[in-house]
Amino acid sequence: MDHSSLAGRIFRGIALALVLVFFMFPIVWILLMSFQTNEQILRIPPRILFEPTLANYEALISGQLRTAAGNLQIEFMRNLMNSFVLSSASVILALLLGVPAAYAFARFKFRLGETIAFTLLSFRFAPPLLVLLPLSLYYQQLGLNDTYFGIVWVYQLIALPLILWIVRGYFEDISPDIEHAYRLAGHSWREAFTRIAVPLAGPGIAAAGLLSFIFCWNNFVFALILASADKQPVTVGALAFVTASGIQYGQIAAAIVLSVTPTLLLALYAQRYLVEGLSLGAVKG
Amino acid sequence: MARLELKSVGKSFGAVSCARDVSLAVEPGEIVAVFGPSGSGKTVLLRMIAGMFEPDAGDILVGGRSIVDAPPEQRGIGMAFQNFALFPHMSARDNIASGLRASGAADIAAKVAAMSRLLKIEHVLGHRPRELSNGQKQRTALARALIGNPEVLLLDDPLRNVDAKLRYEMRLELPSLLRRSSAAVLYVTQDYREAMAIADRIAVLINGRLVQVARPEEIYARPASVAVARLFGDPSINLSEVAPIAEQGRLTAVVAGTPIRLDADHLPTDTRERCWLGVRPDDVVVTRQGGEGTIPARIVAITPLHERAVVLLRFADGGEWLAALLPEALDAGADEDVFVRFAPEAALLFDHATGERIGVSPRRQAA
Repeated sequence: MDHSSLAGRIFRGIALALVLVFFMFPIVWILLMSFQTNEQILRIPPRILFEPTLANYEALISGQLRTAAGNLQIEFMRNLMNSFVLSSASVILALLLGVPAAYAFARFKFRLGETIAFTLLSFRFAPPLLVLLPLSLYYQQLGLNDTYFGIVWVYQLIALPLILWIVRGYFEDISPDIEHAYRLAGHSWREAFTRIAVPLAGPGIAAAGLLSFIFCWNNFVFALILASADKQPVTVGALAFVTASGIQYGQIAAAIVLSVTPTLLLALYAQRYLVEGLSLGAVKG
Repeated sequence: MARLELKSVGKSFGAVSCARDVSLAVEPGEIVAVFGPSGSGKTVLLRMIAGMFEPDAGDILVGGRSIVDAPPEQRGIGMAFQNFALFPHMSARDNIASGLRASGAADIAAKVAAMSRLLKIEHVLGHRPRELSNGQKQRTALARALIGNPEVLLLDDPLRNVDAKLRYEMRLELPSLLRRSSAAVLYVTQDYREAMAIADRIAVLINGRLVQVARPEEIYARPASVAVARLFGDPSINLSEVAPIAEQGRLTAVVAGTPIRLDADHLPTDTRERCWLGVRPDDVVVTRQGGEGTIPARIVAITPLHERAVVLLRFADGGEWLAALLPEALDAGADEDVFVRFAPEAALLFDHATGERIGVSPRRQAA
């Protein structure tokens, strides 16, 4: 594209700017809203310039939601903590289960192997609401209702297939000869797995972990049904802002900013690992 | 050191048979090249020895002990792969040292230094594989295979992915390098020259079956079958269908309408229905002088190959032969009529149906 004409470059610039505005505008608008009071937000026409206030963040952090109808207790910080605990635990569990499974699917051909792999993927196809009713009945009988463990378990429906299928592809891209060579050098298959396969699939494992973290973080319906207030993540907790005296737009915006920040930071941090192609040059060009 | 022995090893993947009744013994310090066209099962054979595939039948022994039930790491085998298979996240030094570290050897640094000096890669020990040239990668892979002083060394076409100049260098360097260790070496290659340059013996594998195991010059001079004769030699052997007739203890064959006497000691003296007559292009002489035992032909094309000129000849009956000559030995140009002859000792006869060679010891020595 070095030889493109001036007009082409200008057009490209405009197109890029449009795309950027399209995607960035909602985020910027939310960020602006989080520093406004409900009255400022609902003003017509809306204004870009306003006197910023930290009241929304104060309310969220202190847990006191002041509305026209009086003070309301909200558990936003607790919800945020829940989101963090639930998502992290789910991803860690899914990595522990999914990475060895992905390796098995990539390296060994066994009876029903493809069927099992596809069944695991098909969990992603089913609408969650479809499985929730029977699941909640089972959960009540098993005593898993309203437990962290219960939610982490059901989150495996989200995280495990994702990790399994992404990481499997990365394992398949590693030449098996590299592992054979490591074994012939006197290492067990376990060492070949942990010191060769896992480090080489590292970028893929990071990407899969990050993606499933985000999907778990954004999940709404599982925790809504299977957990009560003190175990619910932010996605469900945000319902508290729909109050009897109206919707608290400012606090919702602040809550969104706070809940998006961890995943955003994680994504920015992990980006360089995702791009790094470790396997390059390992085998012939 | 130990002897490597394959006993009637068989392996198939589904309906595809990759090894059928393969029996082969490699003595300590001996280099045996496994040579065959692609898809003949060479790599599968090597991988069964290394423990990546399990043989369906037969046994593999190292030093008299069966290794088929041992995991790869306990077989005492060093291997160099065609695609190098270096550990991409480790430096060349760590690649070479990995085996020594696993076995808890002493003086790892000194051994790595000595091996890398031998292979001329001391200056790149700190580099990751992706920073190495193909030649350096290949040397690193060889160093990794050699350093543990394995009892059995498997080299899977190690020169396949390096450029021609380097391949030529390594062909000269490898035999002495491999002989430093007293391992039993199996060397897989698709290049008959490489096999002849490096190996003490060559095992010719075609469709999973060992067709001939012999010293290089013997395979060249006395190929077991038409298929082996075709694989050895570039340009490949000339073949003409003949029906040799025995007259007074002498065999005569008619090639392109010309009766040729094949009265060499190694050929049979009985009449045969149909045979393949094989004459290597190196043994074909092209002259302007006709006479008894010369076949008239026309030069269709002359192509230089290495230091020789390859001459495409067409007989009156449409049959085509190649002759590989020194350019000085050729006094005719393209489209000229010439005469072709060859020494009776150079003639090889093969059974038409089975492809197997007919006859006994040749006087002819390998080129």
